[in-house]
Amino acid sequence: MKKIIFILAILSTIVIQAQSAEARGLEIAKAAEQADLGFKSSTVHLKMILKNKNGQTSERSLTTKTLELTEDGDKSLIVFNSPKDVKGTSTLTFTHKVGSDDQWLFLPSIKRVKRISSNNKSGPFVGSEFAYEDLSSIEVEKYTYKFIEEKGELLIVEQDPVDQKSGYTRRLVTYNKNKGYRIEKVEFYDRKNALLKTLTYTGYKLYKNKFWRAATFNMINHQSNKETVLFFSNYNFDVALTEEDFTQNALIRTGS
Amino acid sequence: MNALKKASNATNAFAKSWANFVIKFKWPVLLITMLLALGLGSQGNMEFDGDYHVFFSKSNPELEAFDALQEKYTKDDNVVLVLSPSNGNVFTKNNLSAIEALTKEAWNTPYSSRVDAITNYQYTRAVGDDLYVDDLSYESSLKTDDDIKKIRQIALKEPLLVNRIINEAGSVTAINITVKLPGVDINEIPGEVTPFVRNMISNFETKHPKIKIHSSGLIPMNTAFFEASMKDLMLTMIMLVIVVITTLILTRNFVSTFATLIVVLFSIISAIGFVGIMGIKLTPPSAVFPTMILTLAVADSIHILVTMLQKMRKEGLNKIDALKEAMRLNFMPVFITSLTTIIGFLTMNFGDVPPFWDLGNITAFGMLMAFLFSTTTLPALMAILPVKSKVKKASDTPIKSSLYTVFGNFVVKQPVRLTIISVLVISGLTYLASKNTFNDEFVNYFDKTVDFRNSTDYISENLTGIYNIEYSVGSGESGGINNPEYLKNLNAFENWLKKQPEVIHVNAFSEIARRVNRSMHGDDTNFYRVPENRDEAAQYLLLYELSLPFGLDLNNQINVDKSETRVTVTTENISSAEMIAFSKRGENWLKNNTPEAMHAIGVSPTLMFSKLGFRQADSMLNGNIVALILISLVLMLALRSFKLGLLSIIPNVTPVLVGFGIWALYKGQINTGMVVVFGMTLGIIVDDTVHFMSKFLRAKRELGYNSKQAVVYAFETVGKALVTTTVVLLAGFTVLSTSSFALNSYMARITLIIIIAALVIDFILLPSLLILTSKKEDKIISNEKVAQVAFDK
Repeated sequence: MKKIIFILAILSTIVIQAQSAEARGLEIAKAAEQADLGFKSSTVHLKMILKNKNGQTSERSLTTKTLELTEDGDKSLIVFNSPKDVKGTSTLTFTHKVGSDDQWLFLPSIKRVKRISSNNKSGPFVGSEFAYEDLSSIEVEKYTYKFIEEKGELLIVEQDPVDQKSGYTRRLVTYNKNKGYRIEKVEFYDRKNALLKTLTYTGYKLYKNKFWRAATFNMINHQSNKETVLFFSNYNFDVALTEEDFTQNALIRTGS
Repeated sequence: MNALKKASNATNAFAKSWANFVIKFKWPVLLITMLLALGLGSQGNMEFDGDYHVFFSKSNPELEAFDALQEKYTKDDNVVLVLSPSNGNVFTKNNLSAIEALTKEAWNTPYSSRVDAITNYQYTRAVGDDLYVDDLSYESSLKTDDDIKKIRQIALKEPLLVNRIINEAGSVTAINITVKLPGVDINEIPGEVTPFVRNMISNFETKHPKIKIHSSGLIPMNTAFFEASMKDLMLTMIMLVIVVITTLILTRNFVSTFATLIVVLFSIISAIGFVGIMGIKLTPPSAVFPTMILTLAVADSIHILVTMLQKMRKEGLNKIDALKEAMRLNFMPVFITSLTTIIGFLTMNFGDVPPFWDLGNITAFGMLMAFLFSTTTLPALMAILPVKSKVKKASDTPIKSSLYTVFGNFVVKQPVRLTIISVLVISGLTYLASKNTFNDEFVNYFDKTVDFRNSTDYISENLTGIYNIEYSVGSGESGGINNPEYLKNLNAFENWLKKQPEVIHVNAFSEIARRVNRSMHGDDTNFYRVPENRDEAAQYLLLYELSLPFGLDLNNQINVDKSETRVTVTTENISSAEMIAFSKRGENWLKNNTPEAMHAIGVSPTLMFSKLGFRQADSMLNGNIVALILISLVLMLALRSFKLGLLSIIPNVTPVLVGFGIWALYKGQINTGMVVVFGMTLGIIVDDTVHFMSKFLRAKRELGYNSKQAVVYAFETVGKALVTTTVVLLAGFTVLSTSSFALNSYMARITLIIIIAALVIDFILLPSLLILTSKKEDKIISNEKVAQVAFDK
């Protein structure tokens, strides 16, 4: 009898701890979202360097415009500047908190906008080690959370994607609680729960005294030994973009 | 002649003092040799390597070309699961749901990076300017009959799926699991991937008894190699039993049998130590080393023991004297035969196939140790252990030997006739031998007792081919794959390939270019052609890249620089020669129809294996010549006769020709494993020649017989011994011929033929030649005693 009580006692503490771990995880994610709230819109230049296991590289340069939305997910517009033969190709994405995102593509060679409907968020973004889901705006609703541990100013939270089509079983996200809950590192575990990739953020700078933005995203794929580095430059939070800048017409304008 | 006599006496004296020493210090000798064997054995470490790469040396140009291709693109291994629903239709709600479930489970395969099935195929559909990309059949259990009909129609028209993932009838489908092995631990496949996949299949088949699964691909092939090695290693047990039985029959003595067993076990234990020390990873060809060593080493002990027991039984010598005498008489023959066998096996190093280097080196080392243990441990043991024997008054032996005498007389009567018949038969078979063709279809390396073989045969009969060739077709400039000129040429190459009779499926970048172009034009089939403008092509490619699913990227098919693309051609099961010819045809087409930058050579594991036999034969040619020269030299020295040494080449070389001649009638196809046979069997069959010639010489030199009498004498004295050693060898190679792995079983089978041919030739052609070539000498026969042959006594 005593034994049973003892076991029950242990079990209940585990359950309580588990609950609080989940609650704390969610709390951290919300705090991070809160800390980044209110940037309204921004533009940034981006150089993408793809490296394969033998060190061969290829390079792309893009410009990204982002419009913050609170009701639903953010809107973004990406324009390719190089290589030369894809210059002007651009994508417009409306992320949604629930359901699949909307995406349009403009191809200057045929001067047409194509709408792409795809549930496929786990695929790689233009051949990089980044999946769409790694780059699309961070929405609290997309994951369930579990707080793992605290290491000094770092908080590690496990995030399990809600979307069945995600390429991951979980992500281990390291937040920095003293720096506006900015993310320092993310580890991605694939569907068989093996470590797939590690993303590290470096060169953080504080913009507008509130928004932490990293200058370098470094994604390493441990299974294919490939690597993608994103170099961000010319962050601009004063562009005051509006919904007007994120329409199909705007897509054609920026592209051509 | 005096010098020779001295040498001969010296070897005799050496053998005597060796025997005395070993018998005097029998306990320390036994202890030290035991420590040596166990010490070596303690270093033993048997690991298996199932990677097909082990069959290719680092400098193999086909391997280099293939590795270069894999460096440019991705290097993947795979498991193909082929599902055959019993209702003969993949497209039912139940079957599609089952495929979906298995696909989901397959994502959990260790080291997997991608799973492709009919259900998760990324189907792209265009309606006006809207593009829809989705799994071909997601949540199949919710589909209506109409949906499923549509899915069937789409799938059976999709060039990427038909003959690859689904057959034309829609009755058999595949799930392809791509695996990226870290290559750190040798246990990744046998310890992790294979058990997982097998477990997944058996669970699935229990749950869905109406769907049968066959599995193939590089990972199952790796496992098959691995398991073939282990299985062939197990043949050792059968051979051990045979050794015990043979020794018992020949010696009729338990102590001798025990001692023989100890000697062969010590030899094998030492060889295992050698494997560990050298860091050799065992493969099917090298895993047969214990059986080889057993087969070859047991003869040493038997020769010594039979002589010893004979001396005790017939001549009534006491044990120690008989043992010394047996050692004295056999030391040189055992040394010479060990030496020639070691030379024969070491010549495998001349070849281009590393597993055979290992087999040659391990067996050579084992034979060296067998010689050592036969001349130390064996006499020490026999000196220690009690050996009972009844002295028999000689009377029964002549009856037994009479058979050989009769045969000897038969040969002596008609040397010319027998020579002519032999020459005719041998020439005929030699002609036939040249009719053999190389065929290293690696799937056929496994016989039909192996699951991998049956499954792979099933897949090639019902779904797709398992052999392929790849061409990395360059454009000559960075980003040049979007050049319309390049695309047009690539498209033409693709079309040409598809028209070739042996081609089942072609995967080329031009197909993607056509498909995306069609999608961009509202699925208008008129646009199912390559784009005509470079920017357009580049932007379509970008779009295609944006639509790739998890685990797939362009690097699979396009190099990082976007200057080259990979064309993968799947072919029917065709022979090595046809494969090489087909690959060449492709290369020539590119040469004749495209600019220079697009010229490419065909590469693939299939092609590597196809060329392996030729490469091995070329490189072994030198090895065989070296073996022949060395072994002939050893013979000249041993026989102390240049003429006979030269003559010995005939009975040593012809068995191989006869062997391959008979093989041409039996199979007609030879593989890489059989190329090493010449050097190897030369080292073995030379014993017959040596024994026969030395007796012949002794009769002439010592007893003053003429050639005919000397031949009869040779038959009487060594006829039986030659037959018994041949029987032991036949037993060993018969055991090996049961191997499920063709490199081993074919090699063993042809060795069987060669060994039998060697005995027949040594009994018919050799004595005839000895008589014919000695005619002059016979006329001036003298009783002058000639130096005693080292070999003989």
